[in-house]
Amino acid sequence: MALQEHAIKEIKEIVDQYKNEPTPLMMILSAVQTKFGYIPMEAQELISEETGLSVAEIYGVVTFYSFFSLKPKGKYIIGVCLGTACYVKNSQQVIDKFQTLLGIKPGETTPDGMFTIDALRCIGACALAPAVRVNDKVYPQVRVEDVEKIIDDCERMEAAKNEKGN
Amino acid sequence: MKKVTNPEMLMVANATFKKRLDAKFFSTNGKRAIVICGGTGCLSSDSVAIKERFEKVLKDRNLDGLISVNMVGCFGFCSQGPFVKVYPEDTLYRKVKVSDVETIVEEDFINHGIVDNLLYVDPQTHQKITKMDDINFYKKQKRIALYGCSVIDPENIEEAIGYGAFQALNRALHMDRQEVINEILESGLRGRGGGGFPTGRKWQFAYNQESDEKYVVCNGDEGDPGAFMDRSILEGNPLSVIEGMMIAGYAIGAKQGYFYVRAEYPIAVNRLNIAIKQAKELGLLGDNILGTDFSFDVHLRLGAGAFVCGEETALLNSIEGQRGMPRPRPPFPAVKGLWGKPTIVNNVETLACVPYIIREGVKEFTKYGTEKSKGTKVFALGGKVNNVGLVEIPMGTTVRELIYDIAGGIPNGKKFKALQTGGPSGGCLTEEHLDTPIDFDNLVALGSMMGSGGAIVMDEDNCMVDVAKFYMEFICDESCGKCTPCRIGTKRILEILTKITNGEGELSDLDRLEELADVTKNGSLCALGQTAANPITSTMNRFRDEYVAHIVDKTCPAHVCKNLIQYYVDETMCKKCSKCARNCPVNCITGVPGKEPYKINSSVCVRCGTCLSACPFHAIKKK
Ligand SMILES: Cc1cc2nc3c(=O)[nH]c(=O)nc-3n(C[C@H](O)[C@H](O)[C@H](O)COP(=O)(O)O)c2cc1C
Ligand code: FES
Repeated sequence: MALQEHAIKEIKEIVDQYKNEPTPLMMILSAVQTKFGYIPMEAQELISEETGLSVAEIYGVVTFYSFFSLKPKGKYIIGVCLGTACYVKNSQQVIDKFQTLLGIKPGETTPDGMFTIDALRCIGACALAPAVRVNDKVYPQVRVEDVEKIIDDCERMEAAKNEKGN
Repeated sequence: MKKVTNPEMLMVANATFKKRLDAKFFSTNGKRAIVICGGTGCLSSDSVAIKERFEKVLKDRNLDGLISVNMVGCFGFCSQGPFVKVYPEDTLYRKVKVSDVETIVEEDFINHGIVDNLLYVDPQTHQKITKMDDINFYKKQKRIALYGCSVIDPENIEEAIGYGAFQALNRALHMDRQEVINEILESGLRGRGGGGFPTGRKWQFAYNQESDEKYVVCNGDEGDPGAFMDRSILEGNPLSVIEGMMIAGYAIGAKQGYFYVRAEYPIAVNRLNIAIKQAKELGLLGDNILGTDFSFDVHLRLGAGAFVCGEETALLNSIEGQRGMPRPRPPFPAVKGLWGKPTIVNNVETLACVPYIIREGVKEFTKYGTEKSKGTKVFALGGKVNNVGLVEIPMGTTVRELIYDIAGGIPNGKKFKALQTGGPSGGCLTEEHLDTPIDFDNLVALGSMMGSGGAIVMDEDNCMVDVAKFYMEFICDESCGKCTPCRIGTKRILEILTKITNGEGELSDLDRLEELADVTKNGSLCALGQTAANPITSTMNRFRDEYVAHIVDKTCPAHVCKNLIQYYVDETMCKKCSKCARNCPVNCITGVPGKEPYKINSSVCVRCGTCLSACPFHAIKKK
């Protein structure tokens, strides 16, 4: 899929912004990931043209860091913390429950593009363990019984958004 | 605001802003002040909404001119948050909800009373405590690295200056560079990022190098899952770390500093950016700082979710826009670091200690600690303790004091099993080590390590084989793949641990684990692999009986490993309500509602635990 006109322009602007940096690749990729939610091949090719770095090198970096994604993610990214503090308080069971209810594994997205499950390694909310983060909202002390409610919350939010849109 | 371009102006600024701070804390201007915790924990429990609510309620009641509302960094006692503190009385309210705001305004500010039910209650004496310093959690702490956190507004450089920021830099700039290094050497400061390398010696190496360009890098990658010290320092007093970096820069002859911070820490990044911007505006970063010929500039780089990037040479590669793979050492970064130039890499907490040492004097620092580990250490206490949070304790504090006095012991009357320090590179201490003073060398001698400060407490419900497997999964995920012993060794170890926790282990697996641990330790390129087997070796040494129970008896004594537990209904407690059977996804529970107690058919049961949480009478048990 070719990049859209506006995306090309935006990526070029991002590259331009860091042109005085000695080694800007990480910053460019972070900015693209934040802006678009993922870094498709086409974007990597464009960054390669703009910076003179080879696509192989860029692809190597993109796939090394877990923050960068080659595929788009769902509208609701459910991050279940599997850091030590959360793990010793049963977060594994929590993520298992999300998997059962949504029918996907960590790192995957539901076919309707609604949900992605991410296994996170400590989000710094250890005092609230086990912690689940949905987009920017942190749910503290999540029990297996709360999982269904969290998913409901997202669906309700989405329905409300769609209603407003119409 | 006017630029601060010489020492005299800094003194004036310090005096002016100190007065303003005093007005806030001691009400010298007749106003009272509220401070609200703005650390990550409390922010996720709505502290911004609490702040806004205060502002609105005070305005509605025309009290906004008499009471100021402020946000500060982490109070540390995260499990009791969000906190609201009231000056000048120094009253501390905890677990405050938005709906409590009206009550506080009414009872405290208008009627000059205290809101009793928002006070901290000592779990042992059941007494209500009004002041922070009287709470056990805080009594044994000493704030050096956390200086200013939860006191000043981290987004306001004026408060930081009033609280002493840049005094140490000013003093250092009037010392010979070697003298500065000598003081750090004398202080005995050792790296807080894990290794414990003497900071002064590292600086000396870099100082000795001839080069046109040198760099200071601050390691804020904080990869140990379950640790959040560096984050809280950056969120609570970012300028202390910037100042430490500048002093390091002056000492070794660097003009550029780089912060490398995890992308998962948006609040810390934001506050750091604000602090850098404000310092630049005041001329405290840039050219000819405080009228001297010292110039320094600071840049910020974000990590992208790779644990290995906390390793210093991998971190340098990452800043250079490459895969974060470690480089062989030597050459050490102090000789050949960022872009091939002499570079020192120091941890956030290490740098935060520097201004304190230079400002308050070496003696003020060395009066805390043990012979070879001076000063304090910040720990992120988590897991099965009553008081979860961040604590800064003098080195030499015992494990018992940490767990029982500060952390308030283990909840629900459960038994203490292990304290894990050093994260995925560390090991665990047990009951017999409760009286060990915590310092760098004692922990290493016991097969663990200080690490960056994660301290996770486990109780009888945690399975140590499962914990070992947990760390190994983490390391397997995070091994960068460059060297074979780490890439493949950790994978093989994980396979064996999985086999054991699934109930398919054999006794010979234990020998194989030992052998693999040895190869991974001795053959790996960087410390990630070299220490990867520590959690395995440590748990095998201390909890061999648990391994044997998994292998020989095919049981998991802590009832954690799924394949080794059986669910059953305790008939004496079953009220025959049928709730378990209705919730069971595989229909393996049978009984007659109101007549016959329920039974679980183990051969069909998938051990999902749904019935356990569904039963209102706690009649479902594990064995
Ligand atoms: C796998 C691995 C991960 C590390 N992670 C961190 C980290 O997150 N933060 C940190 O400051 N040091 C970390 N270190 C230690 C650094 O390599 C380095 O020793 C440290 O930043 C030096 O600073 P210090 O002397 O002030 O402690 C890590 C080391 C290894 C091998
Ligand atoms: S371990 Fe989950 S937030 Fe830190």
